[in-house]
Amino acid sequence: MQHLEHPLDVNKILRKKKSIKKYLLLQDDLIEKNIAILGGSTTSELKNILEIFLLKNGIKPKFYESEYNKYYEDALFGSDELDKFNPDIIYIHTTNQNIIKYPESKDTSEDVAMLLSNEMQRYKSIWNSLSKFDCAIIQNNFDYTKDRSLGNLDCYDIHGKTYFINKLNDEFSLNARKIKNLYINDINYLSSYIGLRYWFDPSLWYQAKYAISMESIPELAFNIGKITSSIFGKSKKCLVLDLDNTCWGGVIGDDGLDRIHIGTETAISESYTAFQKYVKELKNRGVTLAVCSKNDFENAKEGFSHPESILKFDDFTSFKANWNPKNHNILDIAKSINIGVDSLVFIDDNPVERDIVLSQVPSVSVPDVGSDVVEFIAHIDRNGYFEPISIADDDINRNQYYKDNKKRANKQATFKSYDEFLVSLDMTAEIKSFSSVYLDRITQLTNKTNQFNLTTKRYTTGEIDTITLSDEYIKVYGKLTDKYGSNGLIAISIGRIENRACHIDLWLMSCRVLKRDMEFAMLDELVSKCKDQDVSEIIGYYYKSSKNSMVSDLYEKFGFNLLERNDEDSVWKLDITNYEIKNKFIGVKND
Amino acid sequence: MTRKELFDGVQDIFRDIFDEDDMVIEDKTSSDDIEDWDSLNHINLVSAIEKEFEIRFALGELMALKDVGAMIDLMIEKLK
Repeated sequence: MQHLEHPLDVNKILRKKKSIKKYLLLQDDLIEKNIAILGGSTTSELKNILEIFLLKNGIKPKFYESEYNKYYEDALFGSDELDKFNPDIIYIHTTNQNIIKYPESKDTSEDVAMLLSNEMQRYKSIWNSLSKFDCAIIQNNFDYTKDRSLGNLDCYDIHGKTYFINKLNDEFSLNARKIKNLYINDINYLSSYIGLRYWFDPSLWYQAKYAISMESIPELAFNIGKITSSIFGKSKKCLVLDLDNTCWGGVIGDDGLDRIHIGTETAISESYTAFQKYVKELKNRGVTLAVCSKNDFENAKEGFSHPESILKFDDFTSFKANWNPKNHNILDIAKSINIGVDSLVFIDDNPVERDIVLSQVPSVSVPDVGSDVVEFIAHIDRNGYFEPISIADDDINRNQYYKDNKKRANKQATFKSYDEFLVSLDMTAEIKSFSSVYLDRITQLTNKTNQFNLTTKRYTTGEIDTITLSDEYIKVYGKLTDKYGSNGLIAISIGRIENRACHIDLWLMSCRVLKRDMEFAMLDELVSKCKDQDVSEIIGYYYKSSKNSMVSDLYEKFGFNLLERNDEDSVWKLDITNYEIKNKFIGVKND
Repeated sequence: MTRKELFDGVQDIFRDIFDEDDMVIEDKTSSDDIEDWDSLNHINLVSAIEKEFEIRFALGELMALKDVGAMIDLMIEKLK
């Protein structure tokens, strides 16, 4: 149901609403709510689309719809039908079309104040009268009119429509702060977000009395859906963040603290800083923060010690930086904070990580944020995950919903095992001997890879060139492609041949493809090349650095035997006469 | 775009709006033939057609149309 999240696929929603509704009705554990729509204009299509957004949020609505433009009469004089209906929520869909009288040019400031007061009186009496239902009232404020005969003066001369509407909206806000159960649906913001010229369609108004354009209806319904979810306590509580290329640009483990992008020095740094600022705002108004990152804990923590970092280590209630699959870490986070997993929103620039979390823990919200940090804020903001009904009373309705959510069974197919997940990735690799086209990329990787790097040996372009041409070396690179596209050249192994033994001078891999079994595919290929050259054993070296503890046991995992250990460095040996192929998930193209 | 292509596109829209995958319309199909084709769904159909074919009907143009055939003819005019 991606088209029901930001960015909305408005045309699809309008066209396919019936089939979307059917699909959403298949969900379990829908809670039934009575929603009364009191409209100051036609609401038929709004009701249909609102139904979809409520269903998506787990609410199955029953509707009461006032007769055309009978919002005032229904509210003030009531109807048996509405009384019997006993609404849980009343939505009042009024717009600038319902403003009875704007100031005229001859009016004095007293006249204008009187007009304002008259207009307000109508709404105050509506809210007052509806208070007998003791239910939530969602009230539109006012959108601007498209035309403004006073031009720019319209917003500050007391005779302007824009001025009048601003005054009314201020009054609405004032009342919403005072009146329990009154919530403003801010169509003044929404119409400016959409653009006034798209928001109102005069033709549709004259033909069918829709006060907003067809294409704005899904956005409006989406917005009402957010408020409704919040009223019923379904807002999310915790924002879970990846680190590398999400909270800062670059890879802390490889680039180091002084090379990651954060701060105001460059455009890229600024974009990550802006994202951190937004996250900090959320935190300051009560959203819990957590980290879920594939990193060494110390490296990850160090990232937030950057002097320009807005977020600090202490801002996070839960901090999972390790090499476990993220779906496991997500569950741990929910457990450690003691909230339901459906209260979590997970932001990660890597589609594979998003996929595994979404497929394994479907109740977590995982917006498809892409990989450009510039888009991240909109995905959090527009989807209204953390929509509060008030800042202080945010928690009022939560507990009930925790209970409901526990009953929720997994709605989507999940992978039964990690193996099954790997199969689903549809991976193919190209593992071949070095060729001159990759000279630069290979040199670059040997110089910047720190974590998955057994010897951390650095090479110059000249050295790589020599190795490429030499028969004394077995040298392979690996490129990995999965269903999301190519990961590029991400693995390198260089072995030096001496007396029928291959000494591995370099073994590295980019952390981008961790836990994909790519290292096994590389080993298979290396062994096969060794055999071609009549080599019978492989000697592996692990040289401890400050960044590479994650591969200290790699050769052990590969089935090598320990030859010697000096402090934390170690030497390993593998007899390859009876070597068995280790890679099961990646289709390999070789020389 | 041929009349046939236009017609098929319009038929797809009818199928989506009325949620009947096998709905078949003809030139002479009118609101009398489709129970749910009321004035509100008429607006929905027109909006979807305007979006899909990037045309805009003027106010009043559609009121006079008596059936699908007339609607398609008007679209052909607009797309010229």
